Amino acid sequence: MRVGVVTFPGSLDDGDAARAVRLAGGETVRLWHGDDSLRDVDAVVLPGGFSYGDYLRCGAIARFAPVMAPLVDAARGGLPVLGICNGFQVLCESHLLPGALIRNDHRKFNCVDQELAVENASTAWTGGYSVGQRVVVPLKNGEGGYVADEATLDRLEGEGQVVVRYVGDNPNGSYRSIAGITNERGNVVGLMPHPEHAVEELTGPSTDGLAFFTSVLTAAVTA
Amino acid sequence: MTSVQTSETVKQAEATPEVEQPYRELGLKDDEYKRIREILGRRPTSSELAMYSVMWSEHCSYKSSKVHLKQFGDKAPDTDALLVGIGENAGVVDIGDGWAVTFKVESHNHPSYVEPYQGAATGVGGIVRDIMSMGARPVAVMDPLRFGPADAEDTRRVLPGVVAGIGGYGNCLGLPNVGGEVVFDPSYAGNPLVNALCAGVLRHDQIKLAHASGAGNLVVLFGATTGGDGIGGVSVLASETFDDAHPTKRPAVQVGDPFMEKVLIECCLDLFAADLVVGIQDLGGAGLSCATSELASNGDGGMTVWLDRVPLRDSSLRPEEILMSESQERMCAVVEPAKIDAFLEICTRWDVLATVVGEVDGSGRLTVEWHGETIVDVPPRTVAHEGPVYERPYARPPWQDALQADGPSSLARPTSPAELRATVLRMVGSPNLASKSWVTDQYDRYVLGNTVLAQPEDSGVVRVDESSNLGIALATDGNGRFAKLDPYAGAQLALSEAYRNVAVTGARPLAVTDCLNFGSPEDPDVMWQFAEATRGLADACLELGVPVTGGNVSFYNQTGDVAINPTPVVGVLGVLADVRRRVPMGFASPGEVVVLLGETRDELAGSEWAHEVHGHLGGLPPRVDLAAEKALASLMAEVAAAGVATAAHDVSDGGLAQTLAEMTLRRGVGATVSLDEVAGGDAFVALFAESVARAVVTAPADRVADLETSAATYGVRVTRLGTTGGGSLVVGDIDLAVDELRAASERTLPALFA
Repeated sequence: MRVGVVTFPGSLDDGDAARAVRLAGGETVRLWHGDDSLRDVDAVVLPGGFSYGDYLRCGAIARFAPVMAPLVDAARGGLPVLGICNGFQVLCESHLLPGALIRNDHRKFNCVDQELAVENASTAWTGGYSVGQRVVVPLKNGEGGYVADEATLDRLEGEGQVVVRYVGDNPNGSYRSIAGITNERGNVVGLMPHPEHAVEELTGPSTDGLAFFTSVLTAAVTA
Repeated sequence: MTSVQTSETVKQAEATPEVEQPYRELGLKDDEYKRIREILGRRPTSSELAMYSVMWSEHCSYKSSKVHLKQFGDKAPDTDALLVGIGENAGVVDIGDGWAVTFKVESHNHPSYVEPYQGAATGVGGIVRDIMSMGARPVAVMDPLRFGPADAEDTRRVLPGVVAGIGGYGNCLGLPNVGGEVVFDPSYAGNPLVNALCAGVLRHDQIKLAHASGAGNLVVLFGATTGGDGIGGVSVLASETFDDAHPTKRPAVQVGDPFMEKVLIECCLDLFAADLVVGIQDLGGAGLSCATSELASNGDGGMTVWLDRVPLRDSSLRPEEILMSESQERMCAVVEPAKIDAFLEICTRWDVLATVVGEVDGSGRLTVEWHGETIVDVPPRTVAHEGPVYERPYARPPWQDALQADGPSSLARPTSPAELRATVLRMVGSPNLASKSWVTDQYDRYVLGNTVLAQPEDSGVVRVDESSNLGIALATDGNGRFAKLDPYAGAQLALSEAYRNVAVTGARPLAVTDCLNFGSPEDPDVMWQFAEATRGLADACLELGVPVTGGNVSFYNQTGDVAINPTPVVGVLGVLADVRRRVPMGFASPGEVVVLLGETRDELAGSEWAHEVHGHLGGLPPRVDLAAEKALASLMAEVAAAGVATAAHDVSDGGLAQTLAEMTLRRGVGATVSLDEVAGGDAFVALFAESVARAVVTAPADRVADLETSAATYGVRVTRLGTTGGGSLVVGDIDLAVDELRAASERTLPALFA
């Protein structure tokens, strides 16, 4: 099982995502933003960070990186793609996922151990969880407020496309406390919290995040 | 078409010796200017004058501090841990298995007062480039911060900007922020202290130095383009006090681009990995003047720089300005001609602009050319290393005796359980002791995935090697009040606390970096404080066996005649053979035995209690006991490795009361303790005294005897206090519910700054 991790200039959590894939039992393939090939990977993680400095708008420049062209095609064809934090922003800018991420309502960067409720355990990335399961993973961003128009939000809720939701106080003003969503097919998932920072007892608040990465290995085997 | 700026040439300077030069405006004294003329045998050109003025500024030349800093070398303890000592961009310490760590703390005080966001941001950027220039991958940062009173209007301007700047820059670099301090004291009003520490990791064989060796090798400037920001920042900002009569100095503060720096880090690491660099130097204070003169001075020959090749943001910049510009995110490398193509290829891959701007030669001179004309021709050592050295006069201040005589014995002390309870709660919620999460939650502590402990823990603990679990612990401390009462002891107390904070995690302290924040060196009172503090620090480093590897001096932290409390901030680096054995600070599980290690005496002068409750500062600080610190550290290393200690937290600011409260709050596990056996049963002294060499430790009931046996071996006194568990911290007759403690601790900073 080969999982690609894309590095854009300004990607920060690419090494962490690669480590999480490795700990889950997968093989990591590092993908470069300037490449126009996905090197035959079975899934892709778009990691956290500040791609191209996030100058202009988060993810807005990264979506035009050469590697994104084959990635968008493959995602539309069913390739499992996980976007974490900046990766989520890139997926929204690429229109693989609806909505957008805006500045936190309190206007500060915020790094906290965040409780989440898993609401969809049938995506390629969350099959290892159960619906209603509570997990704790780090949340750290300045622009994590998820927004979309009412019709889109209703559709996401109605179709079960809300994957994870914040529990307790809304940490950033996300509409309906949405922390992560999926596309209709369930192969593309984007979320603001960082499951790759919760894969080892030693360094994370929990190991709750590991199942994102084990899930995709299982999904690929059974697909 | 843009016209080419012209500049005074060496020939013109030779031909016109009588020209009046504005050396005083550039901060040079009459005798310094005279010396430059003697060195050159003529008057300097305008570009040479610019170079000498920035490089001979206090900030770059350490001209007032050098004679005192010498002690850190003269009194250095015997150690084989030091791979690169004081004098390079940062020291390099051997942590075993072929791994090395480089670390350093620096100040960015003045820029952060003028422009809090950019000042603090570029402070992070600068220290990170220092670490990169040793050949290391930066792995962690921490920021010791000091502000005026928490409720002062100007603090509300400065603090949020500083914190946002550190976060905005550091978070974007992908470096975990793992520690630091936030301290409030009226003495820092108008002179906030914004210090920044960075640690980097490298293999022994990857160490790089700022040396320009090998005639024919090329000098490459890479990273950001050069603009007009920060021109004269060094001399204007770091070497003068602020004065309301002057217009704003905002333009002299540099503006940071963290994305550029992040790309520069990755680019440098690729260059190091491919072994394409002979010598490397970051561009910080004094920009190209500093980088070229230091590279040439450390090398074995000379250097020619073609200044007109430097890529500019602003084509109207004059040569003098290009030499002085402090534009951020720039590095300078010396590269063999055979490797230049490979070097430039890696830069292209990262979209980093790289330009060959010079060449190493055998001339022994640093020559700068501008469109074919020579505008600088100097011996590089005279610029970089042979600046003026001052033996500034110093004398024990006339007020020192009265200050020390005014002890805290007459201050009213709480006695009844109700009074003591109220005092504990007040202290827990005081700005200096309250939860700092409003600040530290704005920093990313998780990135890179190797953070084992971060604030509010005693030390930041970072895993270095995933396969062996080798790691490091880092802590910074300083106490300006103690240093004001006795600068010799105060510096030793700062070291003691940082050393102890590293030790309680189970790490073995190895080395020291320091940031010495003081008032004006031209004031004999301040200079005495500085002399005493450096002497104290050097003596204590020798006794504890931890060498100073580098650091920084920040003078002129004063408003008018009023200097800040002398504030040596000390960073200690320790090593943990197995980070899985680190001991965290919070009570972990119920039913464990709580013990106090060390002796508690009636020591409240300069304490947080005297400061918070009485606004009092006088007397003599707690007695320094380095032998006891050493014994405590050895004990902690032993019990951590043996897995005996389940939690450990040092006792310092706020005393035992604060230590117990913080251990309770960390994980919401309470404890029931008695202080009858502490300080002869004086509950107030037991709770609030700040005696040194103490820690609270927990152990499972069946292991506490092992702890006591080990403690006896090292001569450390053990006092059993009680047992963990429950939803309250119960101290004798005082019962404090976790929720009540938490509310007191966590509401303070948001109420002030949110």
